[in-house]
Amino acid sequence: MTTSEKFFHMAIAVLLFYGVMAAILLLTQRLRSRNGERVQAAAFLGPSLALIGIGLLYPAGVTIYQSFFGAAVFDPPFVGFDNYTALFTNSQQLTVLRNTLFWVLLTPTISTIIGLVYAVLVDRASFEKFAKALLFLPMAISMVGASIIWKFVYDYKSGESTQIGLLNQILSWLGIDTYNFLLEPPWNTFFLIIILIWIQAGFAMTILSASIKAIPEDMVEAARLDGTGPWQMFRHITVPSIRPSLIVVLTTITIATLKVFDIVQTATGGNFDTSVLAYEFYRQSFVAGNQGLSATIAVVIFILVVPIVIYNIRQMRKLEAR
Amino acid sequence: MITTRTRRGVATLAVLAMSGLGLAACADDSSSDGSSNSAGGEAPGAGQPECAQLEQFGDLTGTTVSVYTSILPPEQQAQEDSYKVFTECTGAKVDYEGSDQFETQLVVRVKAGNAPDIAYIPQPGLLKTVVSSGSVVEAPQAVADNVDEFFGEDWKSYGTVDGKFYAAPLGANVKSFVWYSPKMFSDNGWEVPQTWDDMLKISDEMVDMGIKPWCAGIESGEATGWPATDWLEDAVLREQGADYYDQWVNHEVAFDDAGVADSLDLVGGILKNDDYVNGGFGDVKSIATTAFQDGGLPILDGDCGMHRQASFYAAQWPEGTTVAEDGDVFAFYLPTTNEDNGKPVLGGGEFVAAFDDRPEVQAFQTYLSSDVWANEKAKATPGGGWVSANTGLDINNLKSPIDKLSAETLQDPEAVFRFDGSDQMPSAVGAGSFWKEMTAWITGESTSDALKNIEESWPAS
Repeated sequence: MTTSEKFFHMAIAVLLFYGVMAAILLLTQRLRSRNGERVQAAAFLGPSLALIGIGLLYPAGVTIYQSFFGAAVFDPPFVGFDNYTALFTNSQQLTVLRNTLFWVLLTPTISTIIGLVYAVLVDRASFEKFAKALLFLPMAISMVGASIIWKFVYDYKSGESTQIGLLNQILSWLGIDTYNFLLEPPWNTFFLIIILIWIQAGFAMTILSASIKAIPEDMVEAARLDGTGPWQMFRHITVPSIRPSLIVVLTTITIATLKVFDIVQTATGGNFDTSVLAYEFYRQSFVAGNQGLSATIAVVIFILVVPIVIYNIRQMRKLEAR
Repeated sequence: MITTRTRRGVATLAVLAMSGLGLAACADDSSSDGSSNSAGGEAPGAGQPECAQLEQFGDLTGTTVSVYTSILPPEQQAQEDSYKVFTECTGAKVDYEGSDQFETQLVVRVKAGNAPDIAYIPQPGLLKTVVSSGSVVEAPQAVADNVDEFFGEDWKSYGTVDGKFYAAPLGANVKSFVWYSPKMFSDNGWEVPQTWDDMLKISDEMVDMGIKPWCAGIESGEATGWPATDWLEDAVLREQGADYYDQWVNHEVAFDDAGVADSLDLVGGILKNDDYVNGGFGDVKSIATTAFQDGGLPILDGDCGMHRQASFYAAQWPEGTTVAEDGDVFAFYLPTTNEDNGKPVLGGGEFVAAFDDRPEVQAFQTYLSSDVWANEKAKATPGGGWVSANTGLDINNLKSPIDKLSAETLQDPEAVFRFDGSDQMPSAVGAGSFWKEMTAWITGESTSDALKNIEESWPAS
C-alpha cells in the first residue's frame, strides 16, 4: 500500500466516523423522554466501551494467558506458574526487582521534596517565573534525549586522557581519580535514578506551586498575626493545606517510575545489573525471545500499578471536589 | 489538571485515529496465490544484453515485491540501485522498507499475518525462529541451483532448516580481522604477524615502548557484549577446530566444556591483561562501557596498536581516513594458533527468506542469488563497504581495498568459513546470556562462572 492509498483509507475512515456520529445524533435527537436519554447515552457509550474492550481488556486477558507459557516465539509450551517462580527466584530477576524497588522508593520522594522546597523558596520571589522555568525545562526534553545528555555527563576515560564527561572533568580538576559512573552496581542504578529525578522535579514543582498559591490568604495572614515563623508556617500551614496535591504528585511519579524504560535502555541497555521491570519486560520479549516471562513481568507491573492508580484517582477526585 | 473540554477533544481524536487505523489494516493484503515460477509473456527488457539472464522470468509488469530489511541509509541507496537491472528487465517494482528494529519487528509482523514478501535475515537463528511459524516458503529450485553453483556447502547449510532449503545468502562480512596502523608497523619494522605468538611478540614490544597494544570496546546498547562473543568464537575456531565449533554451536558440546574454557582464557590473555588494554580508554573494565563504534579509533592517535573487529568496521573511521595497505589504517587476518585447523574465517551475512511464492517474488529471489546481482551490487557500491561470498563475484568490481581483502579471504580455497556462533544459537543464549556473561566476564567474572551461567541458560527443548 502506498502512502497516498493510506491517506485515502484514512479519509474514508474519518468521513465514516462523522457519518456514524451524525446518524446517532439524528436518530436520538427526537427522543426527549427519560428512555430516550438512556438510548442516547448507550449509543454514545457503546463505541467507547467496545474500543476499551478491544484495546485494553482483550490484550490484558491475552497477556495473563501468555504468562503461563514458556520460552519460544511461536507455539511456546504450557508451563503453569514456572515463570512466576522464576521471576522471584532467579538471581538475575531478583536484581531486577531490587533495582525497581530502589527506583520506586527514591524517585518519587526525592523529586517531590526537591519540587516542594523549590516551590516554597521561589514563591512570590521577584524572579519566580524565571526560576520555575529553569526547573521545568527538563520536562520538555524526551526521556531518551535526557538520558543521552546524562550519558555524556557520566562519560568515562582514564585519568590521563582528555575527558568529554563533565563529572569526570570536574573530578580530574579536583585531582581525584576519574570514576566509571555507569559500571559499578548497585551505584550505577542511583546515577540513573538522578536522571529521572532531574526530569520529574519540575513536574512536582509546578503542581505544588499552584497548590501553594491556592492556600487562602486569610489563613496565612491569621497565622502570621499569631507570630508563626517560616518553618512553623511550612510545617503547620503549607504542608497540611496541600496534602492532597502532594499525594497526587507522589503517586503520579510512582506510576511513571514503575514504567521507566527509556532511561535504562538508552544509558546502559540494562547491562551492569541496572535492568528494571519495565525494561526487562521488553528485553525478554523482543531480544531474548522469552515471551512467557515477559508477559509475567507485565502482569506483575500491572498488579503493582493498580492500587496506586486507584488511590491516585480517589485523591484527584477529592482535589477536584474542593 | 485537564479540563473536561480538552479531555473530550482528546477522546474524539483518539477514536478518529483508531477507526482510521482499523480500516487501513483491514484493507491491506490481497495477495494472489500463483504457483508457477514464471509469468510467461515477453519481458519488457527482451533483447537488451544485460537482460539476457533474466528473460526466463517473463513479463512481470504491474507486479510489486515488498522487501523488509535492516539495511538503512547510506547503504540502502546501493541496495536499491542494484535492483535496477531486475526492475527494468522484468517490469516488476521493488518496494523497499528498512527498519532499525528489524529483528523484533519481523517477528511481530509475521505473528500479525502481515509478513513482507521478502526479508533479509541477518541471523540463521532468527531464520529458524520465523521458519517455525510455518509462513516462510521454501526457496524455488532455481535459487537452490544458484547457491549450489556460487556458494560453498557451508553457506547453503545456514539457509537450511530441518533439511529444507529456505534462504540464499546475500551479503557477507569477515570478522576475523585485526585493524592496525600500517605506518606504525613500518616505522618500527614490524611485519604483519603470521602466527598468534608473533602477534603477542609485537604486543610485548609495544608495551616496552609505552603503548597499550590493544584497544577494545563492547558497548552496543542492549546488544552490549557481542564483540567479545566474536573474540571467543574466533579463538574456539583456531584452538579447537571447525568440527568442535559446530558441535559447540549446536550444543552437542556443553557451553562450559574444557576446550571452550581454554579458548576463553586465550582471549583473556589479551582482553583481561592490564598491560595490553585498553589503549586510550582506561583499565580492563573500561572495555565494557566503550562503544564498539569508538573501540578502534585510538589507533589513529597512536594510543593503541591493534583492534580486532570485522570488515564492516571500515565504516567507523572518521572522514578523511585512508583505509588501505599503505594508508592510515588497514586490517590483517587474525592469525591462527594451530596449523592443523586450516585457515578458519569467522563471518556473518544476510539471508533472503520469502513469505510468498508469487512468480515475481520467486523471480526476485532468483535474481538476488545470481552472480549477475552480486556484480551489479559491487558496481552500485562505489564507496565500498559491501562484499559477498558469491564466487561469481569478480573481485575487480569491488572498489575499496578492505572489500577486496574480505572477498579474497572468503574465496581463498584454504579458508574454513564458519558463521558467527551467537547468531546461530537460540536467542535466549545468542542474544541473551552469551552477551550478558561476556560483559560480566570483562568486568571481573571468572571464566568458569561465565561459561557455567551460559550453559545453565540454554533452553531445555
